[in-house]
Amino acid sequence: MGAGHGHTLHYHGHSPVHRFPAHLKILALLAFMIVVVATPRDWYAAFVVYLLAITSVIGVSRVPPTYLLKRTVVEVPFLLFAVLLPFVATGPRTEVLGVSVSQHGLEAGIALLVKGTLGVLASLTLAATTEPQDLLLGLERLRLPQQLVQIMSFMVRYLDVVTDEMRRMKVARESRGFTARNPRHWPVLARSAGALFIRSYERGERVHLAMLSRGYTGKMPR
Amino acid sequence: MHVPDGFLDAPTSAATGVVAAAAIGVSLVKARKELDDRTAPMAGLVAAFIFAVQMLNFPVASGTSGHLLGGALAAVLVGPWTAVLCLSVVFLVQCLLFADGGITALGTNITLMGLTTVVVGWLVFKGLQLVLPKRLSLVPVQAGIGALVSVPVAALLFVALYAVGGTADIPLDNLATAMVGVHVLIGIGEGIITFLAVGAVLAVRPDLVYGARPVLARRELEIRTSTGAAA
Repeated sequence: MGAGHGHTLHYHGHSPVHRFPAHLKILALLAFMIVVVATPRDWYAAFVVYLLAITSVIGVSRVPPTYLLKRTVVEVPFLLFAVLLPFVATGPRTEVLGVSVSQHGLEAGIALLVKGTLGVLASLTLAATTEPQDLLLGLERLRLPQQLVQIMSFMVRYLDVVTDEMRRMKVARESRGFTARNPRHWPVLARSAGALFIRSYERGERVHLAMLSRGYTGKMPR
Repeated sequence: MHVPDGFLDAPTSAATGVVAAAAIGVSLVKARKELDDRTAPMAGLVAAFIFAVQMLNFPVASGTSGHLLGGALAAVLVGPWTAVLCLSVVFLVQCLLFADGGITALGTNITLMGLTTVVVGWLVFKGLQLVLPKRLSLVPVQAGIGALVSVPVAALLFVALYAVGGTADIPLDNLATAMVGVHVLIGIGEGIITFLAVGAVLAVRPDLVYGARPVLARRELEIRTSTGAAA
């Protein structure tokens, strides 16, 4: 992945939200979510305010809402948990549509749904309006250890290369008539994972040697 | 499955954040011993590998599938300190670039799925290596058992965190039984796949497997000729 290419979630644009410094966006997201998480779950009015705040930011960013909504699927697994909560929690019972459920579980499930959805929407907005390079610079400005930022920048840079390598291996397997259907096919997939590790590691070694030959001394040039 | 925002209360999230930050701080210093100045590119590439391998789906039965967490696998392949860094970076990237896992739950996710799986997986692996005979063929088995144990332990720790900072009063013994029950099954999958994957790497590049180095160091050079093994 070269510079200038966005990652999968990035939505190219020139709005004030896109231009806003990345480190302030990260801090804003963190502060916003801490406030959301710390809000008692029966302050319904507060959650409406939060939702209005996040939708107005999305409005200013001019990222189409459908673009973000489609990507909220990442929260599906824990939605199931939220739906289960009213049935497994204890405490006083209440009736919803003729089914007896736990009062506390119901409240907790709704709170989880609301807070989790706000969190996913806010994170998606950050991801959609910030280039990975800006994000890395922002993290560096937030005094995240230099080394960690470097590791992350290498990961982000080679993420598409490695996942592409895996996709090619999948194409190669499938073009030979292989489809993984049950655990008996695990050895094939595990060997692919092993091969992917060796390829990634050797690529890392080549990258390191290339960097050494260009004068790398363990620190990135500023 | 990543813990979202609002699943645990603010103090618990903050506490796990401190644990994660401390672990990353120590790992940053110790990882230099495992990788010296290669740390940044190597750990970055291994993190990309972990991210990719988490997208590799393993079919279980009747249409369902699971994927690897990769904590124990990373610990055995590149060493525990580098593994902690790699997994932490993976969760950071998933949180900031893919909106997977809440930002306030980042510390919790790193502690549960990164730190715990690496530490437990590595300790079990090392413990077995001390007890069992030092043979190359046993390294994948030890790695697999480490991976198998690491997943239910992480699930148990999740239940403990939920007991401290959970937002709904679920009967804890039920939650513990359900979580550990499900995660023993997931752990078996994780264990088998880790076993197979470590075996695959060992067959091709045994020198790349960090956990196999003590075994390789004891191996003597064997010269094979057309007439058989020479003395």
